[in-house]
Amino acid sequence: MTGWLDTLIQGVLLGGLYALFAMGLSLIFGVMRLVNIAHGDLIVLAAYLALVVVDATGMGPLSALVICVPAMFVLGYVLQRGLLNFTLGGDILPPLLVTFGLSIIIQNALLQTFSADPRALRLGGVETGSFHLGGGIAVGYFPLLVLGVAVALTLALELLFARIPLGRAFRATSDDPEAVQLMGVNDRHVYGLAMGIALAIVAVAAVFYGIRTTFAPTDGPDRLLFAFEAVIIGGLGSFWGTLAGGIVLGVAQAIGFRLDPGWGVLTGHMAFLAVLLFKPTGLFPRTK
Amino acid sequence: MSFAVERATRASRAGAAVAVPAIFALATLPWWGESSWMRTFVEFACLLTLAQMWNLLAGYGGVVSIGQQAFLGLGAYALFLLADHAEVNPFLCVPLAGLVAAAIAWPTAKVVFRLRGGYFAVGTWVVAEVYRLLIANASFLGGGSGKSLAAVRPFTKTVRESVTYWIALTVVVAAIAFVYLLLRSRHGLALTAIRDSERAAASQGIDVDATKLWVYIASATGCGMAGALYYLNTVRVSPDAAFNVGWTAYIIFIVVIGGIGTIEGPILGTLIFFLLREALADYGSVYLIILGGVAVLVMVRFPRGLWGYVQQRFDLRFFPVQRRAPLDQPALDAAPLSATSGTRN
Amino acid sequence: MLSTHNLTAFYGDFQALFGIDLEVAAGEIVAIIGANGAGKSTLLKTITGLVSARSDAVRFEGQAIGGRAAHQILSLGVAMVPEARRLFTSLTVEENLLLGGYLKRKGPWTLGRVYKLFPVLADRRRTPSTALSGGQQQMVAIGRALMANPKLLICDEMSLGLAPIVIKSIYDALPAIVAEGITLVIVEQDVGLAMRMSHRLYCLQEGRVSLAGRSQDLSREQVSAAYFGV
Repeated sequence: MTGWLDTLIQGVLLGGLYALFAMGLSLIFGVMRLVNIAHGDLIVLAAYLALVVVDATGMGPLSALVICVPAMFVLGYVLQRGLLNFTLGGDILPPLLVTFGLSIIIQNALLQTFSADPRALRLGGVETGSFHLGGGIAVGYFPLLVLGVAVALTLALELLFARIPLGRAFRATSDDPEAVQLMGVNDRHVYGLAMGIALAIVAVAAVFYGIRTTFAPTDGPDRLLFAFEAVIIGGLGSFWGTLAGGIVLGVAQAIGFRLDPGWGVLTGHMAFLAVLLFKPTGLFPRTK
Repeated sequence: MSFAVERATRASRAGAAVAVPAIFALATLPWWGESSWMRTFVEFACLLTLAQMWNLLAGYGGVVSIGQQAFLGLGAYALFLLADHAEVNPFLCVPLAGLVAAAIAWPTAKVVFRLRGGYFAVGTWVVAEVYRLLIANASFLGGGSGKSLAAVRPFTKTVRESVTYWIALTVVVAAIAFVYLLLRSRHGLALTAIRDSERAAASQGIDVDATKLWVYIASATGCGMAGALYYLNTVRVSPDAAFNVGWTAYIIFIVVIGGIGTIEGPILGTLIFFLLREALADYGSVYLIILGGVAVLVMVRFPRGLWGYVQQRFDLRFFPVQRRAPLDQPALDAAPLSATSGTRN
Repeated sequence: MLSTHNLTAFYGDFQALFGIDLEVAAGEIVAIIGANGAGKSTLLKTITGLVSARSDAVRFEGQAIGGRAAHQILSLGVAMVPEARRLFTSLTVEENLLLGGYLKRKGPWTLGRVYKLFPVLADRRRTPSTALSGGQQQMVAIGRALMANPKLLICDEMSLGLAPIVIKSIYDALPAIVAEGITLVIVEQDVGLAMRMSHRLYCLQEGRVSLAGRSQDLSREQVSAAYFGV
């Protein structure tokens, strides 16, 4: 029995990381209806960025966030205004194909620069420490931190969207991108800010990811799929939904992994497909 | 005012006059060509078939899938399963693989079509991953490290290479012919109507869901055959190779750069792809960066690709799928009006 | 205050406006009428920046604003109450109004004043905008545009889909708005209403101005002829 409880707890903690992967994607879906195929590769790119900062400055990876988060924000803004804004406008193919192209470019550029060897970010021992809850169940400090950050971020995003003028602008832009311009909102700039925030979140996710496991240039696509599954399982239109989706995915994978090490990821995919079949709008969709 | 609906263009007649003998000439290649040419041609034929199938789905049907590698992989493994375990003639397995892919495409469609647009696209990728993982976990199929095709060992190298080559030629010509004839039929009209506006198409009595389903299955069949053919050519398969999303990347680049929504486009795109690969062979992954960069550039600046640009500028069509109604009043301009179809944006 | 000079507009290859010349002086109420497809919406879209035009073709307070981005034009003081309201569906009444004040332009119109003008909205400030009646939605749309403290307010077909008694209550609010010094352009399908409410009137027909003049001087016959292009 405690074995399954332990699996559940590990799954929830893993879900925190998946929720971080998914938050940025959820934000972009929400504001721009853009499916960014390069999202996972941008997570990997951010992890390598953190690696470079850590190697160059000797800072710890968490401290490196001070540089990485603003850097990724700027990258996001520039990417959106310089390229992705031109793909928006009704047809689904251009954003899909351009971001797919970006995905391939990023992966191969990383391969050229860093080689295919897996790398890691080191936190100096904290990543392996844990509480012991009795019955052989251990809750790692680091995974708990990640979950905590995921919850805090979800709360922050919900507040941003609900209270602040920019958040209102985000929601209004999503409702009616043309009418919002009549309110004086510069939609091109708003899209840039949204992508900037999304990539800032990606930076945070990337650092935690790089600490928790090793990463390599071709890891992007799997991260995208997990992020995407978390968003769909949770339901579109709500950050709490995305958090829940990430946790459900983490738990599904943990259960699968316990049954057979080769089944971990597959069980996650099955959970996703099951949601698609039986509750296509997701578990906690926000109705408009 | 009277008019007749015309299909052919001068270019298409000229093109047919060149293409038919060319296909016959290609058919004789095993007698005068080298092994490496045949192997390269098989690879070319596979990619071109895949590109035509993807273009049919996305460029004409408006259904964007990034998971067609699922059917490529399923077709490949159908070959290995049927040939090595059920002792079916490996060459016969190529069309059979297409049928296997079609059979699996039907329930797959039921699940993925619950999503729309960009979400549908990523959903198809997830499904491809599911198939990959299922096969990778099946040790009798070689598991994660893959397996070799034992069934071809009884045949001599010459026979194997020639027959594989002829199958490739047949498959690619059949694929292009299928797409061409489909688009010329009323089903083709229905398809492009759906791409342009599902609601309007439905209001005209077109069964949108059924049409999309059939096109999805047709596309899967072609991909399945191409998968079986490709791995018949290489004689060795692994799940990571057969179900790799890189296939979709190549296909998308080919179609986008060549010209989406045209039949000539994928042909041009595949040629460019192979030429680029030869030219940049020594540069490793830089080749893919350049390919990706070109695709992004083309998508943003020339959304209709190279052939789309040529078609628009010179009104050149080798595969005319639209209907034209030339007015035969002498007072009007002699150039026929063309009702364009099969073009995006 | 606002003027257009040989204004043309295209949707791709299709020409919608063929050289419109009109003028609106500060403090006036000008009506624009015309049948469906005459070009009224296109005209408004070129003025507010949603459709591009030659730079010089639209002038506001002496500046050439043709082709500028819509949000820039709002910052200059031109606001629109869009046709069919176009409220933001995932926002409440109050959030819609607050969004109107996004640019924080200085002026007499605040959230409080809008609630004073339309008290029924104050009771429903936290209601989702989709849950309101047509007339209430129109009030939100007007209030939202007022929150931008514009110098020129354009009202596009406010009577659309509303019962006569509701239309009357909407238009009864206009004098309060004009009294503050806002110049008004109203586009209407209801010709009688347009003629009664305005100082001057332009009639569009197939992308051209077919009639212009002081509203009280024009006869019904003249207007009918211009409206239908007879």
